[in-house]
Amino acid sequence: MSQTKTFSLDGRTIPFEEGETIMEAAAAAGVYIPHLCHHPEFKPHGSCKLCTVNIGGRLGAACTNRAAEGMQVESETEAINADRLALTQMLFVEGNHICPSCEKSGNCQLQAVAYHLGMLTPHFTHFYPSRDVDASHPDVLLERNRCILCELCVRASRDVDGKNVFGIGGRGIKARLIVNSASGRLADTDLSVTDRAAEVCPTGAIIRKRHGFTVPIGHRLYDRRDIAEAPVAGMEGPKRG
Amino acid sequence: MASELETAAHPENLKRVVIEPVSRVEGHGKVTLLLDADNRVHQVRLHIVEFRGFEKFIQGRPYWEVPVLVQRLCGICPVSHHLAASKALDIVVGARQLTPTAEKMRRLMHLGQILQSHALHFFHLASPDLLFGFDAEVAQRNVVHVAAVDPEVARKGVLLRKYGQEIIRHTAGKRVHGTGSVPGGVNKNLSRAERAELLGEIDTIVEWSREAVGIVRGLFERHAALYESFGRFESNRLGLVRADGALDLYHGGLRATAADGAVIFDHADYQSYYELIHEEVKPWSYMKFPFLLAQGSEAGWYRVGPLARVAQCDFIPTVLAEAARREFLAFDGGAALSAPLGYHWARLIEMLHAAEGIKELLLDNDLSGGDLIVRGEPQLRGVGVIEAPRGTLIHHYRVNEDDQIVNANLIVSTTHNNQAMNTAVREVARRYLDGRTLTEGLLNHIEVAIRAFDPCLSCATHALGKMPLELELVDADGQVVDRLLRGG
Repeated sequence: MSQTKTFSLDGRTIPFEEGETIMEAAAAAGVYIPHLCHHPEFKPHGSCKLCTVNIGGRLGAACTNRAAEGMQVESETEAINADRLALTQMLFVEGNHICPSCEKSGNCQLQAVAYHLGMLTPHFTHFYPSRDVDASHPDVLLERNRCILCELCVRASRDVDGKNVFGIGGRGIKARLIVNSASGRLADTDLSVTDRAAEVCPTGAIIRKRHGFTVPIGHRLYDRRDIAEAPVAGMEGPKRG
Repeated sequence: MASELETAAHPENLKRVVIEPVSRVEGHGKVTLLLDADNRVHQVRLHIVEFRGFEKFIQGRPYWEVPVLVQRLCGICPVSHHLAASKALDIVVGARQLTPTAEKMRRLMHLGQILQSHALHFFHLASPDLLFGFDAEVAQRNVVHVAAVDPEVARKGVLLRKYGQEIIRHTAGKRVHGTGSVPGGVNKNLSRAERAELLGEIDTIVEWSREAVGIVRGLFERHAALYESFGRFESNRLGLVRADGALDLYHGGLRATAADGAVIFDHADYQSYYELIHEEVKPWSYMKFPFLLAQGSEAGWYRVGPLARVAQCDFIPTVLAEAARREFLAFDGGAALSAPLGYHWARLIEMLHAAEGIKELLLDNDLSGGDLIVRGEPQLRGVGVIEAPRGTLIHHYRVNEDDQIVNANLIVSTTHNNQAMNTAVREVARRYLDGRTLTEGLLNHIEVAIRAFDPCLSCATHALGKMPLELELVDADGQVVDRLLRGG
């Protein structure tokens, strides 16, 4: 009979299976670590850095670091949450996130993470970047103002849909979501509204056309629950006893 | 008529008096007066000094976002913009006839809005002038003093508004800036439990609304000479009426009547409003001047809002409000019909109608139906018109084949009333200020005239890009030294 392997997360003993990341083991145990670019269905990306934890004295992404026997991990510390808050504020000011008129409000992971972290203001000066809206596709709208470059759509299109519709172009602050067609327009790809890539966006950057605001306030995913209770739609609660 | 006071012949030799900000109105405005050495009034202008830009920055946005986005024009009656935009976009999604549940939910939301906005205006903004006098001590002219002197009136005012806000919360999801109305319908209905909860208070709300009408009627009776003459002017009127001529604040055809009641046009389809109404720009205001095309820009200006609606509808389709309307029409041979202060009376008659209408709707089981949204043949343009608390509100959008807004025109209630408000303040300036040493109390007379219209100056300055601009350089003595003009 094999011994269950465990590590410590904020003093709590977390069981894990060989090869699991800290994020996967924590999620299976029902422990929330803030994140945006991580999604349990896709390969880890490690880009948003919100899931940064202290692993035995060094900082690392919980979504890319594998759990190890006896590991001491800290997540909910004042210092780490302050960094997470600053990262979230930077995401807000680097894009144009106008929550009051955004149809993703209440279902948006960026907004929900901001609430979770107690964000009251953007704090930093807004960049107000000039970004294009691509409305050319008959059923899907690409609203780049709300893109946080998590690459979930890139991964979903490439790894699940087998279409490779999206990519990231440019570097640094000029990095942007691009469409892999000769014209650069979404209409000139084979993206379908039923594709995984069309509905995986954690913000309102990729949305289904003509369906905004059909869920009333009070019934949206995060209206009554903190994102810690429902990190992704339909995946609430611990998966391992 | 005081139109000659719009522009002084020789402003360079006149002193300038500025009332800024105009208080107890929504938004930011100012009044400038040009006076000679004997304090004779030569020029009076109501300026709207804030600057928005909604028509421009919604260009390129997906159309279904617009009802939620444009309501941010205003924090007092966002429901009006929410619904006017939804009505325009109903046309765009081909929903010419909503489901009974959707239409009644929207009507309920709108009546909640009328109730709360009218209560807010009368009790919080206007009542200090009316209860304590136009030139009462400035420290007393506020709702806090109303609460100190007559706590019961203040309490009822606050609770009336609260009830209207609750109606909005139940129908739109939030008290301010909800999302209940979507192109083609609504996103929720009302459960029987919610209806029962709201019905629990409605008889009290109706009764308090009836009492409020009595407060204004009493003021007119006690101060008939003042209330009938203050800022008085004659003008055309504009508003929606139902097919049978009834007052309908949510939907209908456009009716315009002259000062003597003669019909200029009736039951006009508002999808073609631009064939009936044009807008003029003047170099000294951010707010446009609409006029009835058939009458021309000089004679075609008009008033909108409660006074116009109550005066020109054939009847009000709720019992108590209709009785109140008849008293209003009969008062001193119809003397209140052209009096700016008659707005207060008409406004509270509408508040009573809203309270009665809310009760009727809450008893209607259609509110609990499950069929919420319809769609039809898409269109590339749509116009939505609603009677907002302050008057006729027009939203006009064009969309492209990619579902984006390419053009928008909003004509809001306060804009329709631009010339009417300017005329009222000129009448008041000539009657009360001309040749007299100005005091704070006298200047408040100007603001009393403006407040009668319950202007929403934020909403009225939504346009961007074509506005004329006037810059004045005034020396230490108040003399205009130089003036720069940018044409519209």
